[in-house]
Amino acid sequence: MTKYTFTDKKDTRSGFGDGLLELGRKNSSVVGLCADLTGSLKMGDFQKEFPNRFFQMGIAEANMMGVAAGMTIGGMIPFTGTFANFSTGRVYDQIRQSIAYSGKNVKICASHAGLTLGEDGATHQILEDVGMMKMLPGMTVIVPCDYNQTKTATIALGDHVGPAYLRFGRPGWPVFTAPDRPFEIGKADKMIAGKDVTIFANGHMVWQAIEAEAILAEKGISVELINLHTIKPLDEDAIIKSVSKTGCAVTCEEHQMNGGLGDSVAQTLTRFHPAPIEMVAVNDSFGESGKPMDLLKKYGLSPENIVSAVEKVIGRK
Amino acid sequence: MVHACQSGHPGGSLGCTEFFVALYFEIMKHDKAFNMDGKGEDLFFLSNGHISPVWYSTLARAGYFDVAELATFRKLNTRLQGHPATHEHLPGVRVASGSLGQGLSVSIGAAQTKKLNNDDRLVFTLMGDGEQQEGQVWEAAMYAAHNKIDNIVATIDFNGQQIDGPVDKVLSLYDLKAKWKAFGWEVIESNGNDLEEVIKTLKHAISLTRKGKPVMNLMKTEMGYGVDFMVGTHKWHGIAPNDEQLADALSQLEETVGDY
Repeated sequence: MTKYTFTDKKDTRSGFGDGLLELGRKNSSVVGLCADLTGSLKMGDFQKEFPNRFFQMGIAEANMMGVAAGMTIGGMIPFTGTFANFSTGRVYDQIRQSIAYSGKNVKICASHAGLTLGEDGATHQILEDVGMMKMLPGMTVIVPCDYNQTKTATIALGDHVGPAYLRFGRPGWPVFTAPDRPFEIGKADKMIAGKDVTIFANGHMVWQAIEAEAILAEKGISVELINLHTIKPLDEDAIIKSVSKTGCAVTCEEHQMNGGLGDSVAQTLTRFHPAPIEMVAVNDSFGESGKPMDLLKKYGLSPENIVSAVEKVIGRK
Repeated sequence: MVHACQSGHPGGSLGCTEFFVALYFEIMKHDKAFNMDGKGEDLFFLSNGHISPVWYSTLARAGYFDVAELATFRKLNTRLQGHPATHEHLPGVRVASGSLGQGLSVSIGAAQTKKLNNDDRLVFTLMGDGEQQEGQVWEAAMYAAHNKIDNIVATIDFNGQQIDGPVDKVLSLYDLKAKWKAFGWEVIESNGNDLEEVIKTLKHAISLTRKGKPVMNLMKTEMGYGVDFMVGTHKWHGIAPNDEQLADALSQLEETVGDY
């Protein structure tokens, strides 16, 4: 049985910053754009090492998306950086027309997503971004689980052609994947093999699911845990294959139930392999100020909530 | 084109005809063997995408695609979408436009990439005057001046009209020249319905590039120019002429191209 532990907590946004720096060294076409949040997005090292390839956009996100789209014409690969709220909802039309519909090779990198942003409250805790982005034709949507995977995903985006959305967060979070763990855009990552239930999780919720798995193992329930870091394109084969074996599924995400990972998994199962499914997600509610772990608990995203969802879904088999 | 599909935007298109002819046949260095990256070429971005008829007509006659394809405008499976798009790979178009306010930002990005690539050609863009009501335009204005994007020539089609009426009645721009100057741009004013003057103006605008400031050409035009019943009114912003109106309009234009 695979066991995951951690000795270090690191924010996933630092994975982005470090990944961007490494990518910048490898690929001179990579440029960074940031809307007055260089420190928060951890883009400072890139700015320092590549001042000519870093663009301070000011608090003007709509312009940032348009400039990024324009920069691709002539071969640059722009990585935009701001909070997830301002990376999506604020600039949806700019992304839709100038980037997605125009097929531009822009990487929209979004930090401080979800409840775990914490004290800033609901204005900044966007829980609808994945839904908005996955609906755009041709948009790749990635939600990595920890520092190492965020770094790997950032570097992988350098070779990916087309518009992409990379979502990560603010708090220190367990680093439980190895730095060299294989990562492929669009390919699900099976983290634990099991037979009674499949848990599909992404982002911070993968660690919550690992903790839930430990509790469930003690109860004699065998969990298969799949990290669905890429919501689009979705690895439908991996979903069908796993649920064909386990017979039921639980999805876990730091996002609205409407439009997120659970919704994508449910669509796949309904169309190709109907099976009971439960969703651990925020249920049609805004967040609020508080500490990240307290918020996850209050809004039903704790390991205990996952355990309950698993017990419920197994009862429906 | 607009008559054939009974939809589209004739007014703004007619008002900008001289500008497009000047740009594509006198001013820009461009290659009809279209390449998206456009390295070593001057680039043009249309921000007010609804005047696609005049742009498509110009692109066809500049050799980007067959003039006969103009007849497919706005029809199913066409590359000539109602508003310009890259999705169907129409040569000459580098970004989608239609939702207003976005083209200047894209043009600035393309201009910055030209600088990064040590490409000394220029970026041209056209916006509407009603479009100046979009906030993104002013984000872009601020950014371009602050960053000394001096390889761009932007033009505003200053016809004073928008869908719901005269711009001054809908939402006044007040002193547009003073605004662009205050945002740090080099601003020139011109008449857009005299071909010789447009060519002269654009050459003058080019002479002002590479001096540390982005260049803005406030170009006075008349919506519907050349067709008496369309001139100077917002009513022909987005409707198509009927058979009789088409015949009337074509009879008023000295050099109607007979290939449409």
